[in-house]
Amino acid sequence: MSRFFARLAGAAVALTLAAATPSFAQQLELKLMAPAAPGGGWDQTARSMQQALVASGVARSVQVTNVPGAGGSVGIAQFVNGAKGDGNQMMVNGFVMVGALAMNKSPVTLEQVTPIARLTEEIQVIVVPANSPIRNAQDLAAAVRADIAKVTFAGGSAGGVDHVMAALFAGAVGADAKKINYIPFSGGGESLAAILGGKVTAGISGLSEYEGQIKSGKLRAIGVTSEKRIPGSDIPTFREQGIDLVIANWRSVVAPPGITPEQKKTLSDAVEKMVKSDAWKEILKQKGWEDAYLGGDAFADFLKKETVRVTDVLKSVGLVKS
Amino acid sequence: MDTFAALAHGMAVAIQPVNLLYALIGVFLGTAVGVLPGIGPALTVALLLPVIYKLDPGGSLIMFAGIYYGGMYGGSTTAILINTPGESASMATALEGNKMAKAGRGGPALATSAIGSFVAGTIATIGLAFLAPWLVDFAVRFGPEDYFALMCVAFVTVSATFGDSPIRGLTSLFIGLTLGLVGIDKLTGQARLAFGVPELLDGVEVTTLAVGLFAVGEALYVASRRHHSEEKLEPVRGSLWMTKEDWKRSWKPWLRGTMFGFPIGALPAGGAEIPTFLSYSTEKRLTKYPEEFGKGAIEGVAGPEAANNASAAGTLVPLLTLGLPTSATAAMMLAGFQQYGLNPGPLLFAERPDLVWGLIASLFIANVMLLVLNLPLVGLWVRLLAIPQPWLYAGILVFATMGTIAAKPSVVELSMLAGFGVLGFLMRRFDFPIAPVVVGLILGPIAESQLRRALAISLGDPMTLLQSPISATLLGIALIALLAPFVLKGLGRFKANED
Repeated sequence: MSRFFARLAGAAVALTLAAATPSFAQQLELKLMAPAAPGGGWDQTARSMQQALVASGVARSVQVTNVPGAGGSVGIAQFVNGAKGDGNQMMVNGFVMVGALAMNKSPVTLEQVTPIARLTEEIQVIVVPANSPIRNAQDLAAAVRADIAKVTFAGGSAGGVDHVMAALFAGAVGADAKKINYIPFSGGGESLAAILGGKVTAGISGLSEYEGQIKSGKLRAIGVTSEKRIPGSDIPTFREQGIDLVIANWRSVVAPPGITPEQKKTLSDAVEKMVKSDAWKEILKQKGWEDAYLGGDAFADFLKKETVRVTDVLKSVGLVKS
Repeated sequence: MDTFAALAHGMAVAIQPVNLLYALIGVFLGTAVGVLPGIGPALTVALLLPVIYKLDPGGSLIMFAGIYYGGMYGGSTTAILINTPGESASMATALEGNKMAKAGRGGPALATSAIGSFVAGTIATIGLAFLAPWLVDFAVRFGPEDYFALMCVAFVTVSATFGDSPIRGLTSLFIGLTLGLVGIDKLTGQARLAFGVPELLDGVEVTTLAVGLFAVGEALYVASRRHHSEEKLEPVRGSLWMTKEDWKRSWKPWLRGTMFGFPIGALPAGGAEIPTFLSYSTEKRLTKYPEEFGKGAIEGVAGPEAANNASAAGTLVPLLTLGLPTSATAAMMLAGFQQYGLNPGPLLFAERPDLVWGLIASLFIANVMLLVLNLPLVGLWVRLLAIPQPWLYAGILVFATMGTIAAKPSVVELSMLAGFGVLGFLMRRFDFPIAPVVVGLILGPIAESQLRRALAISLGDPMTLLQSPISATLLGIALIALLAPFVLKGLGRFKANED
């Protein structure tokens, strides 16, 4: 109900402002879509952007809408068709959407949207229960090479970043990624229970999600996926342990297709300003997100490369039929 | 000792006048939004979270607890009065509660639900304070095979509530199981029965199905019967309050419901639905008034409502001790904690006892406030039923539609609501029970994915189901529950005639 009224109010404000002459950024009236239900990562990213954009004075108002469904497939379809050419709309997305679109054979692809910027990333980790005989990444690699079917990985939904990472790990240590025994759980909660209970060999998730358990000694982290060691952390990266596995759960923001270069510049500038604001930095600290800002063509390039890499992995594990 | 001191300190903070006011506002807001069908406590909290952000930590936690409990109670209110469960967990409440309301006993139904929620919430919160560390060790030991066994127990016991004809009950159940297959298969990521409609990839929303079958179906049915025989609704018959008899019949179900709700809620994949179903079928078996079941038995409201609330407190066990958000609501609570820059986890009790105990104390306060706000309102709520039928049902349709749209703004979702409404109408018309459809939709997918997970972990060896002691015990219980009625029937065939 309250959201309904908020929308009404938002619409009223928008109407009043449309009558006034728009000068610049101060007058930006943005609509931001989170293609997921309230509460998840994309929704939190959208709402954090809303907070930072308004607090830093980049935009006058930002309205967040949620369009949940199928890893963002429903949202992006609505976004591409409904917001075409609208320079006041943006959508949050991320790693998971790449896989979801491929798996759901979505008629709409990420090639159709206008990339704006990558915002954040979360480093991934592989953990084992504290009493596991596996001490480091090489132990796990040896187990995977010995009999890949017996090594069970617990993680998030099929085709998500955890699943892709399990396949990449197997490939990187010279095993057949096709044969990984990956057990998807809905949400970090359930998989964590399975790991703590010793039901599976190893667990994969975002580092922040398991940080408490790692600190308290219930889980042992055997490697993180960042390129370099996280400052102040005693968890080694996979690269340090001789395994080429670098991956991160990134989140980004995109604009609709068919906008003019001027509109794109306005949005890109607004996002860049927001990323540099204190309000945004405060939010990143609070939520434990890494700043991974990457704008302009560099981001467009990155998006293309990730799409190819993820689709290849999903094909190799049989989730996407080529 | 420490526990008491910490709790007392939390209480002292919570009963400051300003905080009491926050609690009252929270409960009021929560109830107001929660009465929208399809909007359960999790969504209520999600919608109102921006409001809470503006307050100081203490006040915001208290308001949070108020909104949460208010939303939960709001869901039960609509379940009882207009047969429209706000969430899947109050579905069992609708079964008997609405029959009671139609028989003019809406007052006692609302009262037993509110007081039962209070009793269960209080006991479960005490359980949370004292048993959490021990309980969580047990909960973590539950593996996929054990969950599958628990589902078997639920299926067997719940099938007892399928009404008079097992064939019709099973037909309904299989409709639900089929609906449960719709969407992306959790284990392989492949779409099933989605027919290329992207909105179907996430499966059928339980609340959409429940609201469609219960509320829309009922509205259509009433409309179709209007010229045949008008169902007489008596807004109030007898006392608005619970009689001595009502109390006598309610207190045991409250306690039993708590016993189901709290431990199952504490399981990482336990949820609130299973304990409410288990409680409902237990009460149906144990009652001294079996003839009243299906016509408005107060036990059938008291038990599930208590189970619902106790399981909500149960979900806090893994949340606070492990940082596991095991339900949508718990995930929202996590969001609430995160605004203070901390992640619940094994260290939370040690690092921030003030916040943990503050939350627990707030839950107590919110519980009390809920009683204070809602018991006087029972009389007002019940008046709803005095609204002329065409208006009432038109209103129900509007609210059902609005609730669905607010939860998931999509044409497909609305079409599904309408489709399930027609299905509900036809099932009523031809005397098929409705509840098993929802039961199938909820339990089917869980049972399937847990079984397949168990088999994937054991590399395809089905013996894993018997090797785990928890699983073996639960399967044994399921087997006994399945066979016992036939054995007993054989022993005392003459008794069967009495039914």
